[in-house]
Amino acid sequence: MNEHLKSIFYPLLLLAGLIVLWMFAVRNWGVPNYILPSFESVLGALHRGYIQGDYWPDFGYTLSSMLIGYVSGCLLAFILGTMFAEFRWLERLLYPFVLALQSMPKVALAPLILVWFGFGLGSKAVMVALVCFFPMFINTAVGLKATDPSLIDLMKAFSASRLQILLRIKIPSAASHIFAGLQISIVLGLIGAVVAEFVSSSRGLGYLINNATTTLDTSTMFASLISLAVIGILGSQLIKFLQRKLVFWERDNNTQVAA
Amino acid sequence: MIHERIPTMSGELIFRAQNLGVTYQSSRGPTPALEQFNTEMAKGEFVSILGPSGCGKSTLLKVAAGLLAPSSGIVELSGEPITGPRRDVGIVFQQPTLLKWQTVLDNVLLPIRTLGMDIEKGRARARDLLRLVELENFERHYPHELSGGMQQRVGIARGLVHDPSLLLMDEPFAALDAMTRENMMIELQRIWMETRKSVIFITHSIPEAVFLSSRVLVLSPRPAKILKDVTIDLPLPRTQETLGSTRFSELCSELRAMFTHGKK
Repeated sequence: MNEHLKSIFYPLLLLAGLIVLWMFAVRNWGVPNYILPSFESVLGALHRGYIQGDYWPDFGYTLSSMLIGYVSGCLLAFILGTMFAEFRWLERLLYPFVLALQSMPKVALAPLILVWFGFGLGSKAVMVALVCFFPMFINTAVGLKATDPSLIDLMKAFSASRLQILLRIKIPSAASHIFAGLQISIVLGLIGAVVAEFVSSSRGLGYLINNATTTLDTSTMFASLISLAVIGILGSQLIKFLQRKLVFWERDNNTQVAA
Repeated sequence: MIHERIPTMSGELIFRAQNLGVTYQSSRGPTPALEQFNTEMAKGEFVSILGPSGCGKSTLLKVAAGLLAPSSGIVELSGEPITGPRRDVGIVFQQPTLLKWQTVLDNVLLPIRTLGMDIEKGRARARDLLRLVELENFERHYPHELSGGMQQRVGIARGLVHDPSLLLMDEPFAALDAMTRENMMIELQRIWMETRKSVIFITHSIPEAVFLSSRVLVLSPRPAKILKDVTIDLPLPRTQETLGSTRFSELCSELRAMFTHGKK
């Protein structure tokens, strides 16, 4: 078996082991259903949700708030991060505020955002955009500033304009940092979406979880958690794929920046 | 074997510095990097600037490239004062400094693109230069697929692509291993003889300076002044054998003596 297959096979083996342990625990140790649902009932909930179609509207709701918020938050962060890195005076002006906002837990703003932007999809998207903003903003600014100064000297020696230096040198140089920001933002954005739904919503995967607590319907909770994990995994794999395609010259040493 | 005449000071001037001074402002107060620096360079000359690390060699190069304004004195290129980056100057750095996301050919074309020159003509010239640095089969490769020496040769081709009248080289072989360095030295000499460019070559390697140059300027530690201006009379083209010749070792020891005396 080659290395690549092993890295797929071993985790699958562990997963199967855990599922067997789970089934055994529920059946033989008498763990009550409201603590741990049976494997079969979670499968049943997933079947009801996605084959019969009960969850699709909620899945779509969370996915759309996630997509709208992620794209707009990251785009705004990229533009502002670029300006921040390019204009010294802007950095001086905004730096303390950026630092203050960055150290604030953004999810704590969820109730306020719901008050400001209403209880519909809009407020959820704003919440996602807000949590996506900072990792993307910081990574863009740091990445652009980390450009090899001799590349900039080189461009200056060839009378390149500032815009040419930004577009041809700085942004490609910062690509790995920018992708690290996009990667972190996917996961954080999902947290934002779920928290906003917890606070107030009548739809979405976060709403399903919250709603299931009232009836101690743990199998619905598990099914929703699995759905959220799928969105997260697909999202970050998509970003990884794009990074491999677009930042092909740094395939082996991807810069990973912690959130 | 062709024995070419080394261009002399009587030729047309390409570069001139008069009472040139550069002072950096730092938190510890002004630090002079260059002081009362005077030199003239004729068209077609290969002049090496030899000096200890941190003596202000790179400062001189930045001034010549128009990246740094002198604090005092005059610096001229082809009779005109240098006020900013100029299109008739090419530059090669210590590191290859290539764009990792562009092919070899696109990297060589970078000056053509930023200077807004004719891209088709540029492409033809870039291909000629890649042939000159013996990389004609690598134009579609990316920098990470090349060895350090090959990358540096791409850097040299890029420095020449817009047909500059002066080529500035800042320790271009410093990052290479000893074997590659020697090959690159011979290669650069061949390129210089074929293109007849004026070259200012910054180095701290004595054999490199002696092998390549028509003249060597020996600089003092900071603030840099010219300690000695040595004309290298070794016949051209210089080869592997030149490196073993007595005259070559004589010139090397003569220059080395300058540094050991300077340290006392």
